[in-house]
Amino acid sequence: MQIKTMATYAANGETPEILFWVGCAGSFDQRAQKITKAFATILDKTGVQFAILGKEESCTGDPARRAGNEFIFQMMAQNNIQLLNMYGVKKIVTACPHCFNILKNEYPALGGNYEVIHHTTFLQSLIDEGKIKMKEGGVFKGKKITYHDSCYLGRGNNIYEAPRKVLETLDAELVEMKRCRSKGLCCGAGGAQMFKEEEKGTTRINFDRGHEAVDTGASVIAANCPFCMTMLTDGVKETGKEDEVKVLDIAELIAMNME
Amino acid sequence: MRIVQELLFIIAFGMAVYLFSTKVRQIRRNILLGRDKDLNDHPDLRWKNLLLLAFGQKKMFRNPLVAVLHFFVYAGFIIINLEILEIILDGILGTHRLFVPVLGGLYPVLIGAFEVLAVLVMLGCIVFLVRRNILKLRRFISKDLNGWPRSDANYILITEIALMFLFLTMNTADQQMQLRGSEHYIATGNFLVTGSLASIFNHMSDGTLIAIERTCWWLHILGILAFLNYLPYSKHLHIILAFPNAYYASLEPAGEMENMPAVQKEVQLMLQPELAANEPAPEGIPKFGAKDVFDLTWKNLLDAYSCTECGRCSAACPANITGKALSPRKIMMDTRDRAEEVGRNINKNGAFTDDSKTLLRDYITEEELRACTTCNACVQECPVSISPLDIILQLRRHLVMEESSAPAEWTGMFSNIENNMAPWKFSMDDRDKWATEMNQ
Repeated sequence: MQIKTMATYAANGETPEILFWVGCAGSFDQRAQKITKAFATILDKTGVQFAILGKEESCTGDPARRAGNEFIFQMMAQNNIQLLNMYGVKKIVTACPHCFNILKNEYPALGGNYEVIHHTTFLQSLIDEGKIKMKEGGVFKGKKITYHDSCYLGRGNNIYEAPRKVLETLDAELVEMKRCRSKGLCCGAGGAQMFKEEEKGTTRINFDRGHEAVDTGASVIAANCPFCMTMLTDGVKETGKEDEVKVLDIAELIAMNME
Repeated sequence: MRIVQELLFIIAFGMAVYLFSTKVRQIRRNILLGRDKDLNDHPDLRWKNLLLLAFGQKKMFRNPLVAVLHFFVYAGFIIINLEILEIILDGILGTHRLFVPVLGGLYPVLIGAFEVLAVLVMLGCIVFLVRRNILKLRRFISKDLNGWPRSDANYILITEIALMFLFLTMNTADQQMQLRGSEHYIATGNFLVTGSLASIFNHMSDGTLIAIERTCWWLHILGILAFLNYLPYSKHLHIILAFPNAYYASLEPAGEMENMPAVQKEVQLMLQPELAANEPAPEGIPKFGAKDVFDLTWKNLLDAYSCTECGRCSAACPANITGKALSPRKIMMDTRDRAEEVGRNINKNGAFTDDSKTLLRDYITEEELRACTTCNACVQECPVSISPLDIILQLRRHLVMEESSAPAEWTGMFSNIENNMAPWKFSMDDRDKWATEMNQ
């Protein structure tokens, strides 16, 4: 596989179909790197012409803005927009709902106007176009999968159906947690909580969610966000069921089930 | 005698309207203490929100049973107001059931329908009292409501039951007097509920019945006028403010945070200093984020006055569920309490005089603000379109940008972003390491 950067494309006077915005977690976090690789593999197999920014990519500024530091957000955002506009980027796909939300909803006010798509929505359109061929008698056939709505995809941007439609193609049994869709419980990472210790309380948010997910009896918890991934993995560990219950990103599930 | 009653009524009614309008003007003034924000775009979408969220109570139906009971109380309140119009006109003109000749056969049908609603209102209020005081739902026994807020809720429910009881008793006595062919009690025909109850009063004398009917009439209307003046001091103000609050609700995706043009400009000039030459010098030092109610938007303050303290926000808040200090409901109650305190200060001094207090710290602690995951559950759940999250984020902006107050981990995260372009301390050169691995 040959993953090219925007710079390479630009040097050849070409523009790729999409920019894959990897995000900091997808770039640096060891667990999230696997999601990145799974999604890149899907893009490659389905023949989508894509590029990454590579070393030129910077944090979108989301955790800084949500923590209250508008200066750092503005610095990151304005530099990113300058870069994206320089490359003439039109369409961005990202596997992180925080990057998705901020690129889609908050960059336009600063002069960054792009079509921004979350990878679950993008996967759904690839499936709809018949570009993704699943294995005969898939890996997850008959297994129970529960889906965790991330806040920034769900309540933040009203995307509840696309990820579920993608999961339906796995021929698995989709079981819902009691708190799902717009009532979904946060994993505990948003609003820059990922980067600090939780405040004093009776339990941790991801322990609460981990228990709820494990209680569905599912053997797979499907996530759509690298931060939810970290939180839920720890939440499942706390229940002692980490051998029976796996937390996997939707892109990983599809990649595992593709021909 | 009649003229005395009319005079007393006009005085009571006039005083009620005067006191209510004075307090309403004060609340309007308090709300406008907030900074300006233009929310007049897309009137079509705003009217749709008003109809769906306020009139239609769309979000209440996330819990259908409670929604139906609440709808009874709400419909009862709105529709019975038509009857109150007749009562007020009767009071001023010294007439009795003024609308009978106008409406004819429709009159008893309408009153009958109001009576059915009145019974449903009583039923709803009784169930609500049970939920609050006997079933003790988590969101009702929360410490947020300790003291006055808990009593406030019960006073409202008890008053509504009492008003409906007076209305029904008045009609029952009226129906009995009509059966006796009393001249003053104009024949209206049978009322659906009280028509069949009239026989209860069979054994009573005319004098007693008139006394009952008049007492109930007076207590009912005086009760309503008193209740009207109780509203602005109570959580029950939502019955009015839910409507404008739905109209002015945010039309942006919930995940979007408000931009700060002042910071945007400043950073722009820093990154592109060549632009600075043509820039006028900024006027004064801008303030970042919110420390007190003056720094919030008027919509935040309208939110605070619209809150009926139902606690659906806190019941859905991941921080609150897991025992953190944060309660989105308390954020709204604190904001209103502070706005009221500032309002009293202005009433007393003519203009706001520094009281060395602020919304931040005197009401809302840093610990509460730090616990928020910005998950939007509170915003999603609120039936009257309040955003506690918007207030939390503005207070956080003040803490970080004006006071440099952040947990050490956040300070580290800020400098990582600034220096390494990522919230963790990784080398920028490793950002595409995963791709290099795949390209091999």
